[in-house]
Amino acid sequence: MTGPALLTAQNLGVMRGERVLFRSLGLDLFSGEAVLLRGPNGAGKTTLLRTLAGLTAPETGVRTLNGRHHWLGHADGLKPHETPQEHLALWATAWGSETDIPDVLETVGLTRAANVAGRTLSAGQKRRTAFGRLLLIHRPIWLLDEPFAALDADGRGLAADLIAKHRASGGAVLASVHGDVPVPDAREVLL
Amino acid sequence: MTAPAPVRAAFKQALKEAWAGGAGALLPLGFFAGAAVLVPLTLGPNTATLSGTATAVLWIALALSSLVTMERLFQADLEDGALDLWVMDDAPVSQIAFAKTFAHWLVSGLPLVALAPLLGLILGVAPGELPRAAVAYGVGGLAFFFWGGFGASLAAGVRRGGLLIALIALPFYVPTAIFGALTLASPTGVPPEALMLAACTLFAIAIAPFAMAAALRLAVD
Repeated sequence: MTGPALLTAQNLGVMRGERVLFRSLGLDLFSGEAVLLRGPNGAGKTTLLRTLAGLTAPETGVRTLNGRHHWLGHADGLKPHETPQEHLALWATAWGSETDIPDVLETVGLTRAANVAGRTLSAGQKRRTAFGRLLLIHRPIWLLDEPFAALDADGRGLAADLIAKHRASGGAVLASVHGDVPVPDAREVLL
Repeated sequence: MTAPAPVRAAFKQALKEAWAGGAGALLPLGFFAGAAVLVPLTLGPNTATLSGTATAVLWIALALSSLVTMERLFQADLEDGALDLWVMDDAPVSQIAFAKTFAHWLVSGLPLVALAPLLGLILGVAPGELPRAAVAYGVGGLAFFFWGGFGASLAAGVRRGGLLIALIALPFYVPTAIFGALTLASPTGVPPEALMLAACTLFAIAIAPFAMAAALRLAVD
């Protein structure tokens, strides 16, 4: 744990309706690190991730991001009419990425499904597309909401691989997970 | 002047999405034509009555047609997660909202403008009046679509929010409807009311994107 934290949350508190999801939550995420959020359904893992991503405004506390972040949520962001190829090309343009799209498609194992519309892709293929989006441009912080959900054994291996590579290149990963996941040397946070 | 890359990407995505919806994009067109064609049947065959009310009828049909497919404008983005990505992007959300609304108008609103002269002809509007009327409908329709988009952004998280969108947007339609009708009621040329009509549209285009941005940030919260 060298250098300043890529992500810091201090005294974070979020309410949903009348219910306090979490309060006085502090969190640091350092380069090369993986933090796994665990907790029962409804504990607030997704809300915490969305708060850290800047989507949800917390009632108390501050979050500081020391770098850009990638987001991978429950919804993969793929349109029903969009093919993985189109989806990645779109975000590559939006982000000014020069990455070779066919390369990314091959990395995430979607070469054959590259031109299949989102509505006919399986949940796992959509999740692979979303992982492909994270590879378009390097951003040090990855915020992943149940990244292993919907993936088959091969897909889980792929996701674990991408996460390991990202950490090795100085990035950090914060992910909500259930059960056994192939992420070694991870710090766990129980919500 | 070119828009930032994310805004252009959002615009292209919205255009493609509107077309990929198949007949969905043309639904307002059918609604517009249907409303206008039913009017002679209900008003009776008196040509004087028809041509006297034709431009007003088309304003009403245009206003209501603009609301027909508004519900999906931001709701689809909210459901498939694209809205999360756009809100987190560097580009201002207001510009993304502008791009999406403008794309929606190009696909669903512009065909209405193209169809308006034909419907006007059917209803007995003097042919010489038609070009002017088409321009007025084009200008007024833009305002309808931007206020409708504002309604759609506020109702993005509401299931079957069509009624809510209408309730939110229709009061904003009032100035455009008034000045639009007055513009076409005056005999010829560009009356002061036409400038007011244009001003209402410019106001909508200037203000609505910021209101949409605020509403969309709440929608993803």
